[in-house]
Amino acid sequence: MNGVQPTAAMPFDAPPPEAAVPSKPGRSGRGVLQRALRHRSFMIGGVLTLLVISAALLSTIWTPWPAYEIDLAHKLNPPSAMHWLGTDVLGRDIVSLLLVGARTSILVGVIAVGIGLLAGASLGLIAAARKGWIEELIMRLGDFTFAFPALLSAIMLAAVAGAGMVTSIAAIGIFQIPIFLRITRGSANAIWAREFVLAARVAGKGKFRITIEHVLPNILSILIVQATIQFALAILAEAALSYLGLGTQPPQPSWGRMLNDAQSLLFQSPLLAVYPGLAIATAVLGLNLLGDGLRDLFDPRLSRER
Amino acid sequence: MTVFILRRFVTLIATLAGASLIIFLVLDALPGNAAEMLMGADSSPEALHAMTIKLGLDQPLIVRYLRWIGGLLIGDMGTSYSYGTPVAELIAERLVLTIPLAVMAMLLTVVLALSAGVYTAANHNKMGDVGVMALTQFGIAIPNFWFAILLILLFSVKLQWLSAGGFAGWDEGIVSGVRSLLLPAISLAAVQAAILARVTRSAVLEVLRDDFVRTARAKGLTRRQVLWGHVLRNAMIPVMTVMGMQFANLLAGTIVIENVFYLPGLGRLIFQSIANRDLIVVRNCVMLLAAMVVIVNFVVDVLYAAIDPRIKASEL
Repeated sequence: MNGVQPTAAMPFDAPPPEAAVPSKPGRSGRGVLQRALRHRSFMIGGVLTLLVISAALLSTIWTPWPAYEIDLAHKLNPPSAMHWLGTDVLGRDIVSLLLVGARTSILVGVIAVGIGLLAGASLGLIAAARKGWIEELIMRLGDFTFAFPALLSAIMLAAVAGAGMVTSIAAIGIFQIPIFLRITRGSANAIWAREFVLAARVAGKGKFRITIEHVLPNILSILIVQATIQFALAILAEAALSYLGLGTQPPQPSWGRMLNDAQSLLFQSPLLAVYPGLAIATAVLGLNLLGDGLRDLFDPRLSRER
Repeated sequence: MTVFILRRFVTLIATLAGASLIIFLVLDALPGNAAEMLMGADSSPEALHAMTIKLGLDQPLIVRYLRWIGGLLIGDMGTSYSYGTPVAELIAERLVLTIPLAVMAMLLTVVLALSAGVYTAANHNKMGDVGVMALTQFGIAIPNFWFAILLILLFSVKLQWLSAGGFAGWDEGIVSGVRSLLLPAISLAAVQAAILARVTRSAVLEVLRDDFVRTARAKGLTRRQVLWGHVLRNAMIPVMTVMGMQFANLLAGTIVIENVFYLPGLGRLIFQSIANRDLIVVRNCVMLLAAMVVIVNFVVDVLYAAIDPRIKASEL
């Protein structure tokens, strides 16, 4: 079961992790910057991602209206100068809810991907450095977790621990571990086979030092690209879980929850079901394009056929 | 080849065993007392005790686990607390909806993806290619449940062609059943088709560069004959691998989509069971879905090896 693995919404046309051998770093900074500015998907993705992150940051100091304030007198108002995108069924301001929703998405995404990256990359590095039965054991454990898409693990967790933000973070995080594990092991193995690692071993460096000084810096770009793409998947998963009522709970605003609320009002206020979806699509599209762009910039040889 | 299949089969069994153990430990051992979860914290100790014995929770963990697995092997999944009927019957009833839905979605995915993938590869870097590829980027970024809501907005709210949800059952006739499943299947297929179209395009472009393509053209075959006859067949190996994985994804995706359209399938059953604290149903449904994911991947791996003679057991 090497190569591309089944995941909830993994972009399957990505090159298989095992094939990803990074080039040696060392291009001039200015050249990279120029290429970055000319790279279409990197720039579009970067702008969209920045937009979502700014919205999340802005919501911590300012929203047009208090996002939690219920105002039944003004419920389901159409867009106006007072409420730019109108109000929801409880009279809350849609723009404010979207801004705070961005914060929820990013918070869940960052922590979940952080868990996946830290645990997955560490295990992957250990597997590549130690080989033998330790590698076998780690990889087989990774296989088990693949049997549980994020949704299934969230369902199990929600069934026993109750729904909530922590449940969705844990479920998405656990689901990310085997993905990072595989990609780290695959690319670390490729580095271990290189001459400069052999030279370091001949020079008497231990496995731990080689991992930290040679392997990790050389696979960092691959991990950054993967983390960007997984971030997009985490935002999708968070939205699905909170839409189903397993993730973020009210009154904490979240995009998925907003879609769920809007669904019962499709005939009265159809636009309510449009805004949160657009927000999710913007965030995911931005991160996907950014990931593609970063992949090209870090190593043009890995760029996809497009 | 046989060695490879045997080895993959052993891994399959080990994975299923591991998955069942994880599911059992999470759903059965962690919460402490399922009887209390079922009856509420304020029920009397006598009633709780009676329930504990009725559920067999006074037995040691290992006995309960083995009893569950033994039951599974002969098709006995136990009895649902909330419905009072055997879980296997309950699940079979729901699969009558979920399996056709997943198959419909898969067919749509394949038709859309193959035509888009071959079209874009044949028109590499032309307007049509760029346009369709941009569309697939959006397809990948859109959550399927939002796409489903947009479809409801268009076809049910605005045009009023199809109902916004629900399923009357197959007794009403195949046409009515398929009509109810049409929007759900499209919303499931759209995202998967976007992904598969990109894979197909890459694979076809890869094969187009091969020498035999030039030879086939040189001996007088038309572009169309070469493209659909020779190129697509050779490009199918990576495409099929991804298709297998996507079927597993579709099954998981039905959980969400069934909830959007209020369809009484496996996904709705899981949610109702969580709400009813009917852990025995949740446990068996999750096991069933996990098993389907693992088995589909096993079949894909074996097919992959059967189709591509370059794959030797030693390489895997």
